[in-house]
Amino acid sequence: MFDTLSGKLTTVFDRLRGRGALDAADVAEALREVRLAMLDADVALPVVKDFIAAVRERAATAEVMDSVTPGQQVIKIVNDALVEQLGGAGAVPLNLNAPAPIPILMVGLQGSGKTTTSGKLALRLARRDRRRVLLASLDTQRPAAQLQLAQLATQAGVPSLPIVAGETPVQIARRALDAGRREGFDIVVLDTAGRLSIDQTLMDEVRQVREATSPAETLLVVDAMTGQDAVNTARAFNEAVGVTGIVLTRMDGDARGGAALSMRAITGAPVKLTGSGEKLEALEDFHPERVAGRILGLGDVVSLVEKAAETIDEEEAEELAAKMMKGRFTLEDYAKQLKQINKMGSLSGILGMLPGIGKLKDQLDGANLDKTLLNRQAAIIGSMTRKERTAPDIIKASRKKRIAAGSGTSVQDVNKLLRQFDDMAVMMKRMNKLGQKGLMRHGLGALMPGRRQSWH
Amino acid sequence: MALGGFFSRLKEGLSRSTEKLTSGLAAVVTRRKLDDAALEELEELLIGADLGTAVAARVIAAFRRTRFGRDVSDQEVKEALAEEIAVILAPVARPLVLDPARRPHVVLVAGVNGTGKTTTIGKLALAWREQGLRPVLVAGDTFRAAAVEQLQIWGERTGAPVIAGPPNTDAAGLAFDALTRARAEAADVLLIDTAGRLHNKSALMQELQKIIRVLRKQDGDAPHSVLLVLDATTGQNAIEQVRVFKEMVDVSGLIVTKLDGSARGGIVVALAETFGLSIHAVGVGERATDLRPFDAGDFARGLVGAS
Ligand SMILES: Nc1nc2c(ncn2[C@@H]2O[C@H](COP(=O)(O)OP(=O)(O)OP(=O)(O)O)[C@@H](O)[C@H]2O)c(=O)[nH]1
Ligand SMILES: Nc1nc2c(ncn2[C@@H]2O[C@H](COP(=O)(O)OP(=O)(O)O)[C@@H](O)[C@H]2O)c(=O)[nH]1
Ligand SMILES: [Mg+2]
Ligand SMILES: [Mg+2]
Repeated sequence: MFDTLSGKLTTVFDRLRGRGALDAADVAEALREVRLAMLDADVALPVVKDFIAAVRERAATAEVMDSVTPGQQVIKIVNDALVEQLGGAGAVPLNLNAPAPIPILMVGLQGSGKTTTSGKLALRLARRDRRRVLLASLDTQRPAAQLQLAQLATQAGVPSLPIVAGETPVQIARRALDAGRREGFDIVVLDTAGRLSIDQTLMDEVRQVREATSPAETLLVVDAMTGQDAVNTARAFNEAVGVTGIVLTRMDGDARGGAALSMRAITGAPVKLTGSGEKLEALEDFHPERVAGRILGLGDVVSLVEKAAETIDEEEAEELAAKMMKGRFTLEDYAKQLKQINKMGSLSGILGMLPGIGKLKDQLDGANLDKTLLNRQAAIIGSMTRKERTAPDIIKASRKKRIAAGSGTSVQDVNKLLRQFDDMAVMMKRMNKLGQKGLMRHGLGALMPGRRQSWH
Repeated sequence: MALGGFFSRLKEGLSRSTEKLTSGLAAVVTRRKLDDAALEELEELLIGADLGTAVAARVIAAFRRTRFGRDVSDQEVKEALAEEIAVILAPVARPLVLDPARRPHVVLVAGVNGTGKTTTIGKLALAWREQGLRPVLVAGDTFRAAAVEQLQIWGERTGAPVIAGPPNTDAAGLAFDALTRARAEAADVLLIDTAGRLHNKSALMQELQKIIRVLRKQDGDAPHSVLLVLDATTGQNAIEQVRVFKEMVDVSGLIVTKLDGSARGGIVVALAETFGLSIHAVGVGERATDLRPFDAGDFARGLVGAS
């Protein structure tokens, strides 16, 4: 679905791009696709409507309609509006402007990631910001919830409030702040039980906690996979406790994350952080420009590049890139790439972040690409002669047979590898044309249709 | 599975969640013909319930053929729309049936993080205990903090023994040992909890496959059921979840949780259309008794707010 949508948008935009002038009907058609893309990305319907209305107005100006590249203009307007509604460029930091101990209250539905995020926050505040953090669990509902936070505290190397059976959440909160004051903590993170927005009793309870603690930040923790219900959750929690920031968890999944836009629109509170894994290190600042592309189905390219940059041996990568630029990318280099890709973890997840290569991803998925396959491919390359590796064109039937036998694979496997190598080389070349720096500087804009003909 | 209070409790859950939809519907059709504009609003209400744009459009298209142009009451519209949806859901409404010949019938419970796997195991354990069966639980989430202790509490609550290993045990090895024990004791069901995992993490999915591989060394047919637990608040990504889990671990049925909230779980309609996987039960709360069989008609009526 991810890919067809991205493809559909690309088709409409391509069509628009192909034309000289746009009329209102053209714009309406493009916006219809944008609307569908947003709904399929789980942006809530009322939010989509408002968004489309705002974009339509901007797109209908003479300046756009009469420009030489109206299609590009529309796309740019959509992207810009999305980034803007998501909070504009850059991340919004936590507000820690309060006398110590600063209470941070974590709220949200069951299973959204509050406890894990509490642990992540503690780790970040303690390690990066050198603050003294106390973790306290007010979750008296879920079995072993308090123990869960205590264990995470140990992992993060911060203390947690001793567990006292039978206390109410408000009592625990008070005790946490007392301890914070007495023991000189800078920050007290209050983790709460998950609750449904329509559960009056529990919503009243969290309201009382808020009143008793006056948190500097009240963070609503939301799963990136959340659907249309995001509006109900956002509204209910905002009315009950006044949300000051949103944390979007499970961004390491492949959900498009439209809930970010819904949440932001309903609460007016910025998305401040994202969760990108189960480990305590997996907490990141929220970058609207990246998520905009993800919602539109154009791929989270900047994240991809960053992730690649983190794991890849930079010198080797640069060397390989230089070779690719010169069109001298060989199978030997491919073998090196395989090793690096292996390091990057789930390849198909990463490819999913890339725009325009949906088909390649399908092929790879179809081939059930996993580490075994990568290793098998490495074995195939290992069975080639040096000459074959540098000039794969010479690999014909008899050579294929020999290579297959040498690597314990089949001729089909060898063929598959050679085909994939071609795809890979092409993809890498394109990626490279843009350059990592270019991607960082221009963000998605640099990859938007119109400026990325080379991607098709 | 205790049926007592099923309808009232499900309705309670669903109707609370559909208050908005209901009032929306009333506004759409009271004193009005079901014209194009009204149908469009109905379509939007379905989209708002997470049916997805394509499914909502199809449901409304079918609905239009039978109802368009006639004078209809609010109640009639709701019932008819619910019927339309129930037709899609009816074929997948199949209870989880244990094979009494298996000792034990092995049930592997999987899903993405935080959907309600562990809680659902507690609920299933209670239901089977009430039927006089002997379920044994396996604390196969050896990754998440206090996941073992969480399942152990469910074991205490439901009177089901829990097999657990030391922290960071290999889940597959644990499952293997648990199966050995359960076979020796001739337990009726072996319920294996697993760590939540995102479907796009291939290494984690392979771990799940490994559990199955290892179980099969003892019983070539195990696991006899692979349950995927889905959170009703999930949007369109549920389709991808089901697709990948089905492909990787051959899911045999779904359980949809958190239907007591304001989310309506409309994605289930798309899932039924796309995969035809059984939906065994729904979760309607955090207590052990909060599990209900999945009933297509009730669910569909709940979705559109027909009482
Ligand atoms: N309201 C409601 N809450 C539920 C339901 N099922 C589970 N929960 C809650 O959802 C949260 C997560 O449930 P768990 O059973 O721990 O979910 P899990 O899938 O095992 O989670 P992980 O093991 O962390 O991936 C807990 O707070 C449960 O109490 C339900 O049907 N309704
Ligand atoms: N993949 C992934 N899993 C997460 C993330 N945040 C939390 N989780 C997992 O989601 C599940 C529920 O998290 P938890 O913190 O217990 O949720 P709570 O019920 O809101 O406190 C656990 O399995 C966590 O490991 C995230 O950003 N990515
Ligand atoms: Mg928690
Ligand atoms: Mg669990």
